[in-house]
Amino acid sequence: MLGLNSRDLKLFLLVVAMTMLAPILLNPFPADSALGESFNAGYPALLQRFVIFGLLVIGFNILFGLTGYLSFGHAAFLGVGSYAAVWMFKLLSYNVIPAIILSVIVAGIFSVVIGYVALRRSGIYFSILTLAFAQMMYAIAYSDLVGKFLGTIVTNGETGLQVYADDPQILASPGDPVLPHLFGLEMNAQTVLAVGGWEFTFQFGYYLSALVMLAGFYLSIRIFRSPFGMMLRAIKSNQTRMSYTGLDTKPYMLAAFVISGCYAGLAGGLMSSMDPLTGGERMFWTASGEIVVMSILGGVGTLIGPVLGAGLIKYLENIISKINDGILHQWFAFMPDWLDNLLVTIIHPFVGKGWHLTLGLLFMAVVIFLPGGLMQLGEKIAALFGRKTKSDDDAKTGATEPAE
Amino acid sequence: MGILEVKGVNKRFGGLQALGDVNLSVAENTVHAIIGPNGAGKSTLLNVLVGKLIPDSGSVMFDGQSVLGRKPHEINQMGISRVFQTPEIFADLSVFENVMIPCFAKRDGAFRMHAIESTHHEKDIAEQAMAILEDVNMADKRDMIASSMSRGDKRRLEMAMCLVQDPRLLLLDEPTAGMARADTENTIQLLKDIRTKRGITMAIIEHDMNVVFSLAERITVLAQGTPLVEDVPEKIKGHPKVREAYLGEAQV
Repeated sequence: MLGLNSRDLKLFLLVVAMTMLAPILLNPFPADSALGESFNAGYPALLQRFVIFGLLVIGFNILFGLTGYLSFGHAAFLGVGSYAAVWMFKLLSYNVIPAIILSVIVAGIFSVVIGYVALRRSGIYFSILTLAFAQMMYAIAYSDLVGKFLGTIVTNGETGLQVYADDPQILASPGDPVLPHLFGLEMNAQTVLAVGGWEFTFQFGYYLSALVMLAGFYLSIRIFRSPFGMMLRAIKSNQTRMSYTGLDTKPYMLAAFVISGCYAGLAGGLMSSMDPLTGGERMFWTASGEIVVMSILGGVGTLIGPVLGAGLIKYLENIISKINDGILHQWFAFMPDWLDNLLVTIIHPFVGKGWHLTLGLLFMAVVIFLPGGLMQLGEKIAALFGRKTKSDDDAKTGATEPAE
Repeated sequence: MGILEVKGVNKRFGGLQALGDVNLSVAENTVHAIIGPNGAGKSTLLNVLVGKLIPDSGSVMFDGQSVLGRKPHEINQMGISRVFQTPEIFADLSVFENVMIPCFAKRDGAFRMHAIESTHHEKDIAEQAMAILEDVNMADKRDMIASSMSRGDKRRLEMAMCLVQDPRLLLLDEPTAGMARADTENTIQLLKDIRTKRGITMAIIEHDMNVVFSLAERITVLAQGTPLVEDVPEKIKGHPKVREAYLGEAQV
């Protein structure tokens, strides 16, 4: 079905179900409980981030996972996509369709140019070239160099690009919402479902992003299983043999780079559609680094791994950074005071603003003990519990599975 | 007029004359061996033939077209396949994928954006790949990851990858280098089978006399960058110039 083999189809349907039910699944605790306030992740702003960053790393994985070329400037494409989308809001209307389409096109154009230059080198030199390009673009965007040169606003520098009341919006009709919408349906339109103590919020913007992400995920499965995907893995494996087999590696690499740049642009367009405001910091090198960390944490080269990595990082970023000493004291309230204070002192550096420290430890643990990322953890657990089913699966699909 | 014509090729690396006025003609449907002591310029010559090195002067024509200045993939698309000294295979891919890739290259050319269709729907390609794996007796290993095989099997796989493209000329760079006796014998047998079954033109660069004399129909002896003699194997064996090149000048 859908042109996928049974295993891929199962995975795809699982992801569909998870994303569709995410507002429920990620709200396991009643809204008013202490646990709910701290650990519930099923609120629209975070859910949007899950799927948008998921889309971003799905695209990144087509480049890094299949060809092994580590782009360290992928956030640049996210940034140009965001700017392109906001410009569409400013010029045409708040409808997200032209914004999303243009963000893909603009990111595609940028990735053709950058890819053409950066792909002249491989390995670390390729990474450095992409990093340099991204930092240049960040600097240009952050100081609005192009705008100053043209005597107008292009990225609006440090303030960030946003829509003002006097913008042309030539396609907007008077009754339109003044926020991004899809033919009148606002992105932040939402339905709240209260069941007992639980509250589930279903937001239109999240579902739109999720559908785009699912389409992107489906396309990436097709690419992974196509002859093109096989060629990309061949490039990772042995470029010498590749060219002596009569295949030109350059266009294959460039195509992979552009596809992954377009994914990033699409993610940027969606980001702007959820919140029509963008700034240069979206292109900063730490943002590019985060994409790499997400992919490695989840499992490079696996279909779903990077998405899990993106989800985990965004979860930690939002959940752990929310935990403060007050919440910690609340948790340990049943303990004697001295123990309570001691525990809070120990945990304090790892929560709140220190969430990066937790992330760093986690990243180190994964790289050292699970070089295959979370996916390897999954495999290990599966091997522990169901040795038999696992080996059956392998026998059936051994020919199609890439070496990971 | 041979399928491969090398005329007046010179190549100099600094002060070293690696190739000096090399003339060579490989006739279609023969096995032509190029032998010579270490440093004779065999590998340099091979690298010139596949476009990796550009000679200072001279021409290399394949079937009437020059191969000089072309990229490796273009030379392959002209019909020349190469087997390397150390097997160059896609080590992270399965054996089956390893042979499918050259099939795609042969059918679709140097680049095709073929990203939506599933590899599994390519029945013709899969059949071709399976047929060649059966030819080299590797059908049972199709799902193995290539890197986990023995050196002999890797060589076998590399040959299958070249043969599946039906090349008009197969270049072999010391196909038995570093192999155990048994593997060498197997490889010779494999090459003989290929020869009788498919009638492919082969140019072999080799050190091992056993291999050369059991396969070649014509032999060129290279020494210090220049061809000394070219003849049928029987006449090469006792040729005084060849002995001189290999054993040093006679101390009489």
